[in-house]
Order: sequence, then C-alpha cells, then structure tokens
Amino acid sequence: MNAIAAPVLPPGTQWRAFRMVLYRDLYVTWREFPAFLAQVILQPVFLLFVFGKVLGTLNYTQHGYTNVLYPGLLALTAVITAMQALAFPLVAEFGWTKEIEDRLLAPMPTSYVVGEKVLFAVVRSLAATLIMIPLGIIILGSIPWRWGALPLFVAGLLLGALVGAGFGLLMGTLVPPQRITLLFSLVFTPLLFTGCTQYPWPQLSQLRWFQIVTACNPMTYVSELMRGAMVPELVPHIAPWLCIVVLIPSVAVLLIVGTRGFYRRAID
Amino acid sequence: MVPAEPEGVAVEVRDLVKRYPKSPVNAVDGVSFAAVAGEVFGLLGPNGAGKTTTIGMLTTRVRPTAGMARIGGVDVVGDPVRARAQLAVVPQQSNLDRSISIRDNLIFHAAYHGVPARVREERADELLDQFGLLDRAKDKPDFFSGGQSQRVMIARALMHAPRVLFLDEPTTGLDPAARLFVWDRLRELQDSDVTLILTTHDMDEAALLADRVGIMDHGHLLALDTPDALVRALEGEGTLELAADRPADRTVVEALAALDGIDRVEQVHAAAEDGAPESSDSQPLRVRLYLTGDAALLVAPAAAVLTEHGLALQDVKLGAVTLEDVFIHLTGRTLR
Repeated sequence: MNAIAAPVLPPGTQWRAFRMVLYRDLYVTWREFPAFLAQVILQPVFLLFVFGKVLGTLNYTQHGYTNVLYPGLLALTAVITAMQALAFPLVAEFGWTKEIEDRLLAPMPTSYVVGEKVLFAVVRSLAATLIMIPLGIIILGSIPWRWGALPLFVAGLLLGALVGAGFGLLMGTLVPPQRITLLFSLVFTPLLFTGCTQYPWPQLSQLRWFQIVTACNPMTYVSELMRGAMVPELVPHIAPWLCIVVLIPSVAVLLIVGTRGFYRRAID
Repeated sequence: MVPAEPEGVAVEVRDLVKRYPKSPVNAVDGVSFAAVAGEVFGLLGPNGAGKTTTIGMLTTRVRPTAGMARIGGVDVVGDPVRARAQLAVVPQQSNLDRSISIRDNLIFHAAYHGVPARVREERADELLDQFGLLDRAKDKPDFFSGGQSQRVMIARALMHAPRVLFLDEPTTGLDPAARLFVWDRLRELQDSDVTLILTTHDMDEAALLADRVGIMDHGHLLALDTPDALVRALEGEGTLELAADRPADRTVVEALAALDGIDRVEQVHAAAEDGAPESSDSQPLRVRLYLTGDAALLVAPAAAVLTEHGLALQDVKLGAVTLEDVFIHLTGRTLR
C-alpha cells in the first residue's frame, strides 16, 4: 500500500487562518459592543468621576490632581483592558469551554494562535483608551493634551497594551480554572494599586518602601510614560526614555514566558 | 468491508509511545497500525486504555515521546500545520464556540481552513439540513443537549472536507435516539472517501461501525482485525448463562467449572432485577459459563449439576461471542 499523496498547502493558508480567527474575534466584539464597553470603560470612568470630579468638587483633592490622574487612568485602561482580553477568556477556553481547540486545529502554527490573541488584546486596549479621551473631556471638562507628544503617547498606549497582554497570557495559562477568583484578589488588585496610576512615582520618595514595590510593577512605567507624554511640565515623572528602556524588555519577558505557558496548555 | 478504492494509507502509526511527565508508566506504549483511505477504524478499550492519547498524538495536540505518526503521508510532529489541514476532530466534550450561532460555528471553522466564502455558506446549509439542525441554525450552542452538540460538531468537522475524521467516544453519554441518529450519519460517511478513526468503549458501536477494530488496554494494542475475524478467533467459545432459584455457595460453581467443554465460570453479581440491590450471598445463583465446545450440548449436564446441589434451573441464555468476550479473553476483565 502506498501512502496517498501528501497535499501541498495553498500559499497563504496560515495567514488566512490567522486573519479569519482575528475576524471572528472582532465580529463577536462588534456584536457585543455594549458589553465590551461596560467591561472595559466602567471602572476607569468611575475612578475618573470619583477622584477627578467628585473629590475635586468637594475640595478634597487639589486643583491639578486630574493632571496626575488622567494619564494614569489611560495607562490603567490600556493595561487592564489587554489583560482582561486574555486572562479570563484563556482560563475559560483551556479550562471548560475548550473553545480554543478549534483554533489550535486550524492550519496554522500554535504561535499564530498566541499572536492573534495578543494582537486582538492590543486592538481592544487601543479602542478602550481612545474611548477614554472623549469621556475624559466630558467628565473633567478638559484633558491635558500636547500634539507634540503624540509619538510618546502612542508608544505609551502600545507598550501598556503589550504589558497587559503579557500579564494576561501569563495568568490565563498559569491559573487553573478553580483558582480564577484568586486571580482577582491576589493578582489583579495588587497590580492595579501598585501601578502608579493614581500618584506620581518620584514623589513616593516620602514612602520609600512603597516606591520600591511600585518600581517592580511594569504598569508604573506605563503610567509614568503617559505623564511624561501628556503633562511633562506639570507633574514630576520618570524620564520617558527610562520608561521605554524598562518596558521593552518587560514586554519581551512577559510575552515569552506567557507564550511558553500557552504552549504547555495547548500541547501535552 | 475495507474498500478497494482508493488505495493508500490515510493514517499510519508506528511504535507510538506517550509517557506523561511524572507518570511511572506509558499512557501509550508502542502502538502501530495503519488505516486506508475510506476505512472506518475503531479503537476499542476501557477508559484509560490510551485511546484518547493516541488520537491526541495523531491530531497534533499531544506530543509523542517516541515513534511516528502520519496523516495522509504528513508527519504530525514534523509538519503539524499540513497535518491539521487534512484532519478534523470531534472531541468527547463539546468545544463549540458559544459566542456565535451554530451556523457561524460551521462557517468560521471552514474559514479557518481556507474554504471559499460561497462554498462554506452552501456547505453549512447542506450539513445543517443533513444533521437535522436547519431550524436551529441561528441558535447559540449554549442550551444544546449532548446529542445536538455532537451533531453540530460532526457537521462542523465535515465543513473543510477532511481526509481523516477523528471521533473520540462519539456517542458516550447520548440517549438511545441520539445515539442511533449519530450512528446513521456515521454510516453514511462509511461510503465516502473520508477515513474515520473512532474510539469507543462500546463494543456494539465498534462492531456496528468499524471495518477494523483495534483492541487497546494499558497503552497496548492487543489485537487488530475486522470485528468478524476477532470474534471468529474465539470460535467455539460461546457463553451459557444459567440462573437458579436460590443462592448457592462456591461448590456449585466449582462443580460447573469441572464439566467438560467449559473454559471458565464467572458468577454474575447483578443488582436484583426489580428492586434494591442485594448482597451477593442472598441473590439467587447466576453464572456465566465460557465454553470451548457447543453450548447446546452443555445445557443438560449443567442443569444436572444444579439439581445435584438441590437447585432448580430458572433461566438459560445462550450467548454468541461478542467483541466484549474478545476483550475479556485478551485482558481477563470486562470493558466496563
């Protein structure tokens, strides 16, 4: 008996599979757009409203606190949105819905499946941060903005999205489904509050130990980079070049370790 | 029957081994077989025999520790992408996309596999119709029963016209009507060029659907042949099941085992037929004799043994050899 002739894959098969999987994700997000908005916007909007508007109106925060808060909230939105786009779906898809199997069996390398997940998380993250701009104007009346800082601004959002995607990949593949509630309390919350989104890092020198803790959270450098881009004169901040120098290897490490975790779950 | 045309090996497995980390034994331990195009190949064995792991390796989801596996001539380890293009999997547990309708499940699956837009639309409607799902095409799979999900998954698998279709326990957990429906659809596929590799622990399913059956246990392939040939290998070995009116002790069983033409005797400890389970001592005697000779000639001597021990014969069942008996013969255990 001879083996039947092994087929040749038409050129572009792998990229088409990649594009179609991305299209499926965008298609589902588009059809559930209100749910997407609620999921990604609610938390930063409330933070913005309470800390930026309510406390300011009641004179509990100084005028100008929004200069600290708003860039930080953009960083928070960028990181958290990308993280949520990966962490929870991955835990569910590997854990019980098994939805990911149909993608893993599509004619493309497993790395493309990871790549698509990361790209989709970045797209969601950018969409969410862009929505935060008009919302900031509505809630606060105005937002700090410098056209000249646009490249830094975009770099901050992209790096923030990638940091979030890296964390999401890591958590989504390392956390077993039965521990998903622990993910919230033990990982999400500390990450959220040590990322310098609500305070500028240089001034933490008055609270040295906390300054050291926050320096270990990559999100800190995203917040500081956004401040460096948007309010460089108004708020003390870490130099943007230093933020970028820290963020690029952080992103690389998170994505590499996260991808390893993904492979471990995808292939026994 | 193994179809003569088209000639060619669709699935080839040689000395395949899988040992999971931290496991002292191989989950799959040197399995070799080949299936030709259009064949229905069944892997029969109890849970934990290594069937699903074997399928996992063939479908690029489990990395073999050693050995070789090819799908349509493509090495699954060396070129998993090309292997995936030719295969489809219907898993034990539903893995349907819950965010989209079942029609979209079919369409997106085909899109991942590069089926042109018009073809996938047409094929989706054809398959939904064939699988009796047309009226639910727009529903999401959330509230589908096991049988319905199974039908959707088989339809989805066929969307990209795979050469090899893997079905892992395709009817486990389905109600009898759903099981018959799935069996009918799979029998329709027997006439096509698609090679079916199915795992099952149901001997009826294996005998009904498979052209050839490989019997697996503890990671080994113990036997491999057509269901007829496997059963014929135990020729003369029918079974004779006897039920007496009262409980009895081991001496009766031993006396029966001593009769000529009896291979061995197994006491059947079933739950009482109409009521709560009783302990085996209080149950009327029920035994299964595995025969080496003609069953009809043994009824009278066996009845005589019962009478000698003061028991009356209540029921006699002559059994033909089934795949389950083949499995028992090979492993000394029942399938369940």
